[in-house]
Amino acid sequence: MSETIIEAQHLFKQYRTGLVAVKDVSFTIAPGICYGLLGPNGAGKTTTIEIMEGIKSPTSGTIFYKGASLGRRFRNEVGILFQSTALQDYLTVRETLKLFQRLYTQALPLEQLIEICNLHDILEQDNQRLSGGQKQRLLLAIALVNNPEIIFLDEPTTGLDPQARQNFWQLIRNIKQEKKTVVLTTHYMEEAAELCDAIAIMDHGKIIAEGSPQRLLSEHFNDVYIRLPRQLLPEQSQSGEIVYTDKGEFVEIATRSMDRTIKDLIELKVPLNDIQIRRGTLEDLFLELTGRDLRQ
Amino acid sequence: MIKRLYAVVVARNMEFIRDRSTFGWNVVMPLLLIIGFAMIFDGESREVYKVGYYGDRSMTAETMPFFATKYVQFIPMADLQSSIAKVERHQLDLFFDLQTAPVKYWVNSQSSNGYFLEQILLGQSGNRVEKQTVSGVELRYVDWLVPGILAMNIMFSCLFGVGYVIVRYRKNGVLKRLQATPLSAFEFLLAQVISRMTLIIGISIFLFIMCQLLIRFPMHGSYLLLLFVYVLGALSLISLGLVMAARISTEELANGILNFISWPMMLLSGVWFSLEGAQPWVQKIALLFPLTHVTEAARLVMNEGAGLIEVLPQLTWLICMTALFLTISALSFRWDTGN
Repeated sequence: MSETIIEAQHLFKQYRTGLVAVKDVSFTIAPGICYGLLGPNGAGKTTTIEIMEGIKSPTSGTIFYKGASLGRRFRNEVGILFQSTALQDYLTVRETLKLFQRLYTQALPLEQLIEICNLHDILEQDNQRLSGGQKQRLLLAIALVNNPEIIFLDEPTTGLDPQARQNFWQLIRNIKQEKKTVVLTTHYMEEAAELCDAIAIMDHGKIIAEGSPQRLLSEHFNDVYIRLPRQLLPEQSQSGEIVYTDKGEFVEIATRSMDRTIKDLIELKVPLNDIQIRRGTLEDLFLELTGRDLRQ
Repeated sequence: MIKRLYAVVVARNMEFIRDRSTFGWNVVMPLLLIIGFAMIFDGESREVYKVGYYGDRSMTAETMPFFATKYVQFIPMADLQSSIAKVERHQLDLFFDLQTAPVKYWVNSQSSNGYFLEQILLGQSGNRVEKQTVSGVELRYVDWLVPGILAMNIMFSCLFGVGYVIVRYRKNGVLKRLQATPLSAFEFLLAQVISRMTLIIGISIFLFIMCQLLIRFPMHGSYLLLLFVYVLGALSLISLGLVMAARISTEELANGILNFISWPMMLLSGVWFSLEGAQPWVQKIALLFPLTHVTEAARLVMNEGAGLIEVLPQLTWLICMTALFLTISALSFRWDTGN
């Protein structure tokens, strides 16, 4: 098996409005991994993934799938779950699956798709009457209908409730176990941490960091975070040795020397029972790299 | 390819049939329209006197003062035989062949309008004209209307059922989802044509039978030829719908454009009134509409018993238009919204 299943080379996309959504983006994805494209709204994730899917044409740059340009072979071997999509009205889940089965030369048996995506209960239900989680399960089944080698999931859990999200993550883990390549865009850092073997963080149309979540965290963070209720910290400490970030009712102290900070807190007579200690997360990394300004 | 076409056709047909409001509207609306007109015009003749002539009318200005009679519509005719047939069916009250000497005129012995006009004519030019008598039952307005109403229903179903639906598919992302499969744009468009064709022909046959049972209109020509006329007509109108839908991505714009096309077509294609007496420029514009040719051909087959040769000009127009529209739509079709 080749070491790269899909490769983006110097992608550049400018829309007719003049907006440059993607600026010289290049990366490679190894087969069998879950690759996450992370970024705030408007970072260029969806444009990048849609160029990779062959749905949009880049202004310049190339996508190689198994070393060749995207073509009919790619269409037959790719599965896609779009960020926003609709299905034909007045068709049941079963009929919709049959429709997509017939569009491919080879397709998974209906029973297998129903089993993988847990569609038993909604098979005879009209597409229009599905809940958000049910619709995403059906769309995932459609993405899997041709038993694809590579699956693109564009913000698949946006708008789902926590139960539906957990359930969907489990479906993606099952897909990963079958050694399929998954390309995932998300702005949920928890989702990326749960599912991705490698991530690229995008902002303003460029990749600003790339690697495995562990490596990126260790590269960018040696800090440990101590969180405590604001009222526990004496007034005089604000101008003292302890530097903290205001988090409303709490304050958060970032430190590279836990021993020293704990010692300082004890000296300030801060009760340690109410403090919480955590390591840096992808969310911290994301905010550090992309800033904390509100995005549209 | 056949499997993919079959899949899209079946899915689209199911969507149409299960959407009861749309399906009902497509079947009930034209039926109510025809029944309504049958009731309104039942037993009534039109109050307009219509006189057809073949030849140069200006040459007879002095010898035929009848042509200066007020409140009579004088219509130049292109063909002798079809004009005589119109007198037989009361579509013309009198008809003159101005190329003969003396001038021959045809009148239907069962037409009251024809009788009155003949009395005026004989009072003015009694010794300069030669009478030819024909007879035949009057073609009611509703009989004349049915072929056009069926054609008009096909037009609305094709333009809105194909054009509007594709725009909706593009806007809500159904097209984008299909684009991500091996289905090609050609296969998708062909599936839309087949799907709409099967539905509209099925509905038209049902409407034809229902109208026949309810208002008993005459059918003089071949059923097979009539079916062929409507199939070609539907094909050209579906293709026109595809042209409209090739790139548009908002339903509001699609609705506006489809209305902009369908209303003039409905009014100027001779569905509601004959264009025989209309201004030449109106008649020329009407030739650009597929509906004009479908209506004319269907009327010739149903009302006058025309055969394939007689309707060949209309069928040729429809074939050429279909080829042109399909080429334009295939070349300009876009899956996405372009944003």
